Amino acid sequence: MRRFRCVAMLALALGAVSACASTQLLATTLLPTTLLPTGDLPSNLRGEGPAETIDWLRVLTLRDYNTRIVVLGTTLLGLGAGVVGSFTLLRKRALLGDALSHATLPGIALAFLIANALGSDGKHLPVLLLGAAVSGVVGVGAILAIRRLTKLKEDAALGIVLSVFFGAGVALLGLVQQSASGNAAGLESFIYGKTASLLASDALMIGVAALLCLAVATALSKELRLLCFDATYAAALGYPIGLLDATLMGMVVIITILGLQAVGLVLMIALLVIPAAAARFWTESTNGVTLIAGGLGAASSLMGSLLSAALPRLPSGAMIVLVSTALFVLSATVGTRRGVLRRWGRRRRFERAIHVEHLLRAVYEIAEVAGAGAERLAVPIDRLLRVRSWSSERLRATIAHAQRESLVQRLTQGGVRLTERGSLEAERLTRQHRLWELYLITHADIAPARVDRRADAIEHVLEPETIARLERLLESRTTEAPPASPHALATGTSHGSKTPGAAP
Amino acid sequence: MILGNLNLSWAIDGWIIAVGVLAAVAAALLGNFLVLRRMSMLGDAISHAVLPGLAAAFLITGSRHSVPMFVGAVIVGILTALLTEWIHHYGQVDEGASMGVVFTSLFAVGLVLIVRAVDHVDLDPGCVLHGAIEMSPLDTWTIAGFTAPRVAVVLSAVLLTNLTFVIVFFKELRISSFDPSLATTVGVNAVAMHYALMTLVAVTAVASFEAVGNILVVAMLIVPPATAYLLTDRLSVMVLLSAVIATISAVVGHLGAIAIPVWLGYSSTHTAGMMAVASGGLLVLAILFAPRQGVIAKWLRQRLIAMEVFQEDVLGLLYRAAEHDHTATLSTDQLIQRLQSSRWTVGMALRTQRQRGLIESINECHSLTAHGVEAAQGLVRAHRLWEHYLVDRAGMDAAAIHLQAERFEHVTDRALRDRLDEETSATAHDPHGKAIPDESGSAD
Amino acid sequence: MVTKPADKDEALPLSVHDLTVAYHRRPVLWDVAFNVRPGRLVAIIGPNGAGKSTLIKAALDLTPRASGSVQVFGGTYRANRHRVGYVPQRESVDWDFPISAIEVVAMGLYREVGWFRRVGAKHRLKALEALDRVGIADLADRQISQLSGGQQQRAFLARALVQNADLYFMDEPFAAVDAATESAIVDLLGVMKQEGKTTLVVHHDLHTVPAYFDDVLLLNMRVVASGPVNEVFTQDNLQKTYGGRLTLLDEATQAVLRRERSL
Repeated sequence: MRRFRCVAMLALALGAVSACASTQLLATTLLPTTLLPTGDLPSNLRGEGPAETIDWLRVLTLRDYNTRIVVLGTTLLGLGAGVVGSFTLLRKRALLGDALSHATLPGIALAFLIANALGSDGKHLPVLLLGAAVSGVVGVGAILAIRRLTKLKEDAALGIVLSVFFGAGVALLGLVQQSASGNAAGLESFIYGKTASLLASDALMIGVAALLCLAVATALSKELRLLCFDATYAAALGYPIGLLDATLMGMVVIITILGLQAVGLVLMIALLVIPAAAARFWTESTNGVTLIAGGLGAASSLMGSLLSAALPRLPSGAMIVLVSTALFVLSATVGTRRGVLRRWGRRRRFERAIHVEHLLRAVYEIAEVAGAGAERLAVPIDRLLRVRSWSSERLRATIAHAQRESLVQRLTQGGVRLTERGSLEAERLTRQHRLWELYLITHADIAPARVDRRADAIEHVLEPETIARLERLLESRTTEAPPASPHALATGTSHGSKTPGAAP
Repeated sequence: MILGNLNLSWAIDGWIIAVGVLAAVAAALLGNFLVLRRMSMLGDAISHAVLPGLAAAFLITGSRHSVPMFVGAVIVGILTALLTEWIHHYGQVDEGASMGVVFTSLFAVGLVLIVRAVDHVDLDPGCVLHGAIEMSPLDTWTIAGFTAPRVAVVLSAVLLTNLTFVIVFFKELRISSFDPSLATTVGVNAVAMHYALMTLVAVTAVASFEAVGNILVVAMLIVPPATAYLLTDRLSVMVLLSAVIATISAVVGHLGAIAIPVWLGYSSTHTAGMMAVASGGLLVLAILFAPRQGVIAKWLRQRLIAMEVFQEDVLGLLYRAAEHDHTATLSTDQLIQRLQSSRWTVGMALRTQRQRGLIESINECHSLTAHGVEAAQGLVRAHRLWEHYLVDRAGMDAAAIHLQAERFEHVTDRALRDRLDEETSATAHDPHGKAIPDESGSAD
Repeated sequence: MVTKPADKDEALPLSVHDLTVAYHRRPVLWDVAFNVRPGRLVAIIGPNGAGKSTLIKAALDLTPRASGSVQVFGGTYRANRHRVGYVPQRESVDWDFPISAIEVVAMGLYREVGWFRRVGAKHRLKALEALDRVGIADLADRQISQLSGGQQQRAFLARALVQNADLYFMDEPFAAVDAATESAIVDLLGVMKQEGKTTLVVHHDLHTVPAYFDDVLLLNMRVVASGPVNEVFTQDNLQKTYGGRLTLLDEATQAVLRRERSL
């Protein structure tokens, strides 16, 4: 729990720093547009990245007006997309953003053509965004219609809408390129993004949209969590599921269409999916996923756009995505909750504990066969090697481990002896093992000769209450001492590891 | 643009259409199994991810023709499938999300490489979107004295490979699409089939890349098979149909790309885009007009059933009216009132039954003919037998059974009536006390 | 007591009339009618596909009804929703979801908390009390996939408990739980009964019906029998419920479907 708080605080701090930076930027950026002479504005169509010489200080202190806008816009976009993306991920609709962003293209092109035909400037941004929103919504509607009217599944519906709408968009772009107004190539920036030439007004719109999404996500965090976790229960409680889903879709549409011109449509999908998926490695709480996703989104946008500003000819949209990919890989590896290393370590510890348990029981049983009162007999290694199929390295490592936990003592003659603690523990384990064996024989009808294996597989995970129930079930075995083994024990003295007499 | 008018030139348009058909069919063949295995989006992911492979190859070899370029792109495509699986499995990430992580990241790598490579290789980002199918006839290879566009040669080879794969492994593909775990138990290596399929998808995506661009490959992979899926229940028919639909999409797509913009006052547009639109149009047609699954077919079927049920209801009503008085007739108005229907519907039903010789009408008064009595008897018998069965055997409330019996009576044939009779111990009366008519004689 | 619909009492917790539900025009429930008296513990019994879960979903307005009506405390479900608690099947959710046991329980209080507001300390305490009642208060902050099957079921029960409803629907709460959880649930059902609550439980284990429940509703697409366990839970009725499927009924339904498809 505490660790989660740390991570959440970290993410929050990250997000907060990004947000603060952004707000400050907003102030410093918007002022110059009105106060400074226009000649001071850099060309917006200068292409990707500044001049060949890298002035790191200049970039990092955001002295360049253009860099400021780009950093501001993309950071807010990353924040908003991360937050919205966390909910679509939890609703198991991660790829809806994919279909949706591709589906905006024909709307953009058509809006341009229509506006152009009506004699106004086709590149008027609100008109294009309206077109994008309309065709995005039509696309979502088409997905729902395909699923309702046909036997096609969700994946096919997404693929169909994505590719057919995009095809229509491409065909319309072919017309746009011939249009009378000439310079219409700008529309392709919706596909690849034009991060480096974001305008202050673009950044402002992105900021407003991101804040709107944040506000909605905060206000409805409880309801959205319920929707994502258990929609049926939400419906039984009387929540309007359709409306909540529509709200979520609406947020995706808004953040997507505003992100299109910043990072392009393919990379917009990345901002919706990657930070959310990465966040899950750090936390087990819904709010945690949302916060961390927002933080990671903002952080990757910030770093990505700075990198692209500092280094020549690196497109910022792609850099943002690659930074977020790097953060994803980092999270997947070292994430404190579900990171691969973490889970691998957990499994290692579990396996090691099981090996130690096997060792203790083996020592105990050999001593037991040797005679009463001999629980703390020294057992030579080669005998231990013969009772179980373990390699000598594994056995040595296990003994070393048990030694560190002061469960066994290594004797100078090369044998192993249980310590006082180890002896108690071994007794408990043996008891557990045999109770379980007895249960399997009496209640599950398993042949005594084969029962050892079965018991082995389960005994390590038995909880105290199960042991208590086993005892009650098998009655009479209330003493602390382990019951006699139901099968002959392998002691490593004879050559066969199991004595033949054990068969029923 | 190559063509400003509708005059088709076989040397150019013929080859463009041929290239389009080759790409579309090659993709559609494989797409059948993606759609059936619910992995359509993996096709999308792979075709996006081919970009960095191509770009890297451009950078390294500086050539667009080389084999290494092809191999590199295919490897990245397979890597997409592998990485998606790994992230899904080891990272416990939702499958859609892991796909999203992988292909967008690879796409970003591709973009960076392309921008870095601008100095070395001439690569048009537009080509990524919509391919350059219109340019394909310009770049030719001559093989054994026969000159063909290079792309057409490559795509023919790919199509042949895909076709061979689908034919040779048809059985295995079918079983591993239907039930991968069953496939494993009968000795088919479902995992190997999966990666073989993914490899071919990557190969097809790379080969079609120049012709139709990377996203429109997705259209050809998914849409024609999805359309075929709506038209048939048989896998072999579906595969064939998908190839036909892909062909039509390509032809219609190219003609549309030339013709439609002209109507709107433009010159032609991208063929690849219009191919996707054409396939989408065919899908819409299938959704609406498919013989069994189609929206209109379903609606018509319901209308037809409702009409037949209504026609039978008219018979039943006349029979019940005549039960006590053999000469009784009902007027049209009475029928309208009792059946709570419109004059038109009742008129239609009466006309049909008159044509079948089941009803005779004299001065707007209607009665059953001898044939009509026979037909109605079966119906009423079924209805009353059902009522009896529902109360007696199914333990339903006598007040609530009428509607259910009504539903069933129209589908109850002679054999079922006999078994009902048997199960209800040949009772003579229904739960309301009405006589159950005999199979051929009268009610008494 | 489960009774025939004949005696009408406005204050009955649940009263179902002529309920018919169809999926894709295929009937799942036919003319189901029964009443449930207050304070009774009712088992809903029937084979797979008998429509047990569908009955609950139809009662909760989660599935459209083809015909018939359901009355809850003499009114519509919508009007008396606050008096009804629901425990869905455990498989219905993704247990990998990033959420802790106490947060799941707090969901039962969302309506009480209201739109836009956060779950406060007061509600957390209530949720914790409910977890305590089902015996897993110490696991409150665990992520739900780290709970055993039985503990997950208990968390679901606690979520229904905090709703403090008068009528409860539980969909297979005993499915795949350990014996300790089973007895905990039974104890809890007893306590709830003493508090005057009415509970309907979809149940599978026929052996435990007489021990656990007051009334039983035998369901196989239609109500085979309903009433007190000692009167209705007979070999004969069980035979009717589980044994002879009404083959002719099935055939007729199939024929209706075939005809719709064939044209």
